[in-house]
Amino acid sequence: MTSTMENPTGLGDPGDTRRRLVVIGNGMAGARAVEEILLRARDQFQITMFGDEPYGNYNRIMLSHVLSGEESDKDIFLNSMEWYEENRIDLHAGIRVTKIDRHAKLVFSDDGRITPYDQLIIATGSNSFMPSMEGLRMDDGSLKPGVFAFRTIDDTRGMVEYATHEHHTRAVVIGGGLLGLEAARGLQAYGLTVDVVHAGAHLMNAQVGPQAGEILRQSVEKLGIFVHTKARTTAILGEEKVEGIWLLEKPQIPCDMVVVAAGIRPNVDLAVRSGFTVERAIVVDDQMRTVDSDDVYAVGECVQHRGEVYGLVAPLWEQAVVLADHITGADPDAAYHGSRTATKLKVAGVDVASMGLQGPERDTDEVLVFSEPKRGVFKSLVIRDEKLVGATVLGDTSKVAFLMQAFDRGLPLPEERLEMLFNLGTPTAEASVEELADDTQVCNCNGVSKAALVHAVEGGCKTVGAVMDKTRAGKGCGSCKTMVCQIVEWAAGGAVQEDPSANWYVPGIPMDKPALMLAILQQELKSVSSVFAALAPDGAEEAKSKMGLASLLKMMWADDYIDEKDAKFINDRVHANIQKDGTFSVVPQMKGGVTSVEQLRRIADVAEKHKIPMIKLTGGQRIDLLGVPKEDLPKVWADLDMPSGYAYGKSFRTVKTCVGQEFCRFGVGDSTKLGIDIESKFQGIESPAKMKLAVTGCPRNCAESLVKDVGMVAIEGGRWEIYIGGAAGAHIRKGDLLATVDSHDEVMTLIGRFMQYYRENAKWLERTYSFVPRIGLEKIRGIVVDDTEGLAAGLDARMATSIAAYKDPWKEGAEPATPGQFRTALPLEVLPQVPIRVGS
Amino acid sequence: MSTPVVLTNLGPVDQIPFGEGRAFDVHGEQVAVFRLRSGALHAVGAVCPHRGGPIADGQIDGSVVVCPLHLNSFELATGCSRTGQPDLGSWPVSVDDDGDLIIQARRA
Ligand SMILES: Cc1cc2nc3c(=O)[nH]c(=O)nc-3n(C[C@H](O)[C@H](O)[C@H](O)COP(=O)(O)OP(=O)(O)OC[C@H]3O[C@@H](n4cnc5c(N)ncnc54)[C@H](O)[C@@H]3O)c2cc1C
Ligand code: SF4
Ligand code: FES
Repeated sequence: MTSTMENPTGLGDPGDTRRRLVVIGNGMAGARAVEEILLRARDQFQITMFGDEPYGNYNRIMLSHVLSGEESDKDIFLNSMEWYEENRIDLHAGIRVTKIDRHAKLVFSDDGRITPYDQLIIATGSNSFMPSMEGLRMDDGSLKPGVFAFRTIDDTRGMVEYATHEHHTRAVVIGGGLLGLEAARGLQAYGLTVDVVHAGAHLMNAQVGPQAGEILRQSVEKLGIFVHTKARTTAILGEEKVEGIWLLEKPQIPCDMVVVAAGIRPNVDLAVRSGFTVERAIVVDDQMRTVDSDDVYAVGECVQHRGEVYGLVAPLWEQAVVLADHITGADPDAAYHGSRTATKLKVAGVDVASMGLQGPERDTDEVLVFSEPKRGVFKSLVIRDEKLVGATVLGDTSKVAFLMQAFDRGLPLPEERLEMLFNLGTPTAEASVEELADDTQVCNCNGVSKAALVHAVEGGCKTVGAVMDKTRAGKGCGSCKTMVCQIVEWAAGGAVQEDPSANWYVPGIPMDKPALMLAILQQELKSVSSVFAALAPDGAEEAKSKMGLASLLKMMWADDYIDEKDAKFINDRVHANIQKDGTFSVVPQMKGGVTSVEQLRRIADVAEKHKIPMIKLTGGQRIDLLGVPKEDLPKVWADLDMPSGYAYGKSFRTVKTCVGQEFCRFGVGDSTKLGIDIESKFQGIESPAKMKLAVTGCPRNCAESLVKDVGMVAIEGGRWEIYIGGAAGAHIRKGDLLATVDSHDEVMTLIGRFMQYYRENAKWLERTYSFVPRIGLEKIRGIVVDDTEGLAAGLDARMATSIAAYKDPWKEGAEPATPGQFRTALPLEVLPQVPIRVGS
Repeated sequence: MSTPVVLTNLGPVDQIPFGEGRAFDVHGEQVAVFRLRSGALHAVGAVCPHRGGPIADGQIDGSVVVCPLHLNSFELATGCSRTGQPDLGSWPVSVDDDGDLIIQARRA
């Protein structure tokens, strides 16, 4: 068998004598187990991980937020690819393990690799359960287009893409549990009408009883989601794609997409195939070892422990801790005794907590119920022998911390039972927080205990925001935020206010933007160092505040601004964009994306002379010369003898244009000319974040004007539509129509005024896609178009001053502004080599 | 046991503008020397332990330098990382009567 191992491990150095640990499944449990192991024994193992999703590890719980657009998919990664590199973990992302040979201790994967292990962890999680329904799949076995599961990033992306197709207007979610409700709420964000079809008699029947389920239904229907209970889907209609669903004993529901959230099934195929004991899931002992091999552990949703299978993250944090203690030898006696699942969730915007029994089971069980359907509040408690054995709380979570605690630890209950339902003056929230045991898990999503929060406060984090950053608490589903606040307040002895820095323009100066601008004007502070001296606590500089201040001052003072190089980011100090290997990229100006034979020839000559490793067209329609060492920048600029194209910095960047009227059959406006005029006028203007523009010659929108910070679209009759606040990067947003105007000149005036208003009022690094919705389109239109507040003349004048102060920064190449401005800061060899593609 | 302390003259202090840093090769070691607005000088490793970023191109304040590539920060006085990275080396540095930078390094 070993003869087939021509590339056996990929595990670095064969002289490495550390134990080989292989982990199958790179989800929440697998990655958490590895984190816990690294915490205890950084160098004990050579670690290899397999995950069949082509990503690093992400927070699956947050997919609901990604679906609803509150979070971008980039923001939910727990461990980036870099984390794996840093910890020398050999990650095979996008690779599926197909078999384990536990006698030979080998793992086989679908890339043909055979990986030996000394110890193995199986963390393969669950799959979405797809109930059998007619028309679910196509002939080739794939899901019918328009049908989605809700489990992975790819599922979520697929749903978003499908939901945003313009002609898709109606979705049905099959399953009225946690996941189904979240999916329904998320899909509404794309303007779809959503129905939830639930086979059970009431919503979330796994967690709450009928009464609570009814109140939940009312809350959900208030959001405009229609709920059908006791409704079994028998078929999905449509030949090529989804056209509706068929319900037993109910009329059919027409729809464009179907999301199936009908439960999960542990992913145990691999374990079954490899001869492990599997009942409902992979059977493990109290050390999280499989019963079949002492060297094979399993953790997470794929595990059955003492007959229980868990489908929430809190238990897997506990399992991961035990596994790590045991496998590293940190605590050989560590044992997992199962978790009492108390859930605390925010479902479709409604707080839901449930633990233990949903209702009384014995005659002697004492029951307390409070219900206020109008407000969506419901509380029920089940008490047996003076102990809390069950609780359901909807809507009002003020007592949840206490209830969870009482449930978990069997605490004595107050005589006055009402105190368990409401704050009756006493015990106060703080008091109940105080009662919490140190190891109570406050944030289930990220497994953060009360002690960790208190520790962070003692370590100097005095604001809720800082504690959240430090511990990751509250950064999951968000349902624990109230409790995190309470604990931080209590731990800080009431010395905590709401995060004061949230409104500051930059972290180093305790002022919001209007106050800061006023102080700068009154005290005539014209350089960044003078702002620190006058306005920062103790006059102390703060490195991360410098860029924002430099940009603000340049905007406010134009020519009178005192330019201090050290206040600028390296890109702005050398007018080029730093790349990951420490070289720079040079982008000459090419107004409106239009170039000439001379320019092309000059660029080609320069590229040849300076041996530019890569020449690339950018998304903004310009030519990028990549890989220029800092010390060569002045020579490259001199040889180019063209103005800077501003591919760096927080400033006006480019105007993308289509060929428009001049050449295009459809063009109704001269987009190219307008684009060139705009770029000539506003080139290099600083702003709180970069500004990308586009002009397009007809509503076909070849230059993608609808997703730009400012975008112009020509329409019939020589008129132009102006859109603001669009984005097509990590965030996607269609711009809002600001105005429709009759001439180039009006375009110039209105966009200049808008950009100035944005420059003066946006927070540092706030792109227009956040700024426009924050201020409100109506208000912006009032100021910019109708001049309702009488601000227009001032905005126009200040923009004109900035324009007049424009200087081409590349002229600095001839006479460096400071000694050694272009001197290398690098021993280049140690940087990652950027792969060089040679054009063919 | 101990290696000899070597003083090395890096040339005029004016080659570093106030508020900025410049990189030097000190007997084969890459050192970033910063000159604060107060006139204080600090010398720390020039290569970011995170991904090799050019520390001398970073932005500074009175206490830290922020690497330009991924914004990890390091204390100027000690080289200690404030963001969980390995620490940078640090060297004593001063200006002599002629206005030259003098760094104190150890040579094996
Ligand atoms: C949308 C959504 C919302 C949720 N919300 C909550 C919530 O609010 N609160 C809560 O507590 N829980 C919630 N959950 C449940 C929670 O996400 C899971 O309990 C948790 O992710 C389980 O972790 P795991 O590591 O066991 O499985 P997973 O996170 O699914 O990880 C398993 C990984 O293994 C990979 N894999 C499987 N087989 C192989 C193989 N043969 N080879 C290689 N790789 C393989 C899978 O592709 C997957 O990436 C939610 C789940 C979803 C989908
Ligand atoms: S946007 Fe209209 S005018 Fe411009 S290239 Fe496309 S089709 Fe032609
Ligand atoms: S290289 Fe310095 S922070 Fe990444």
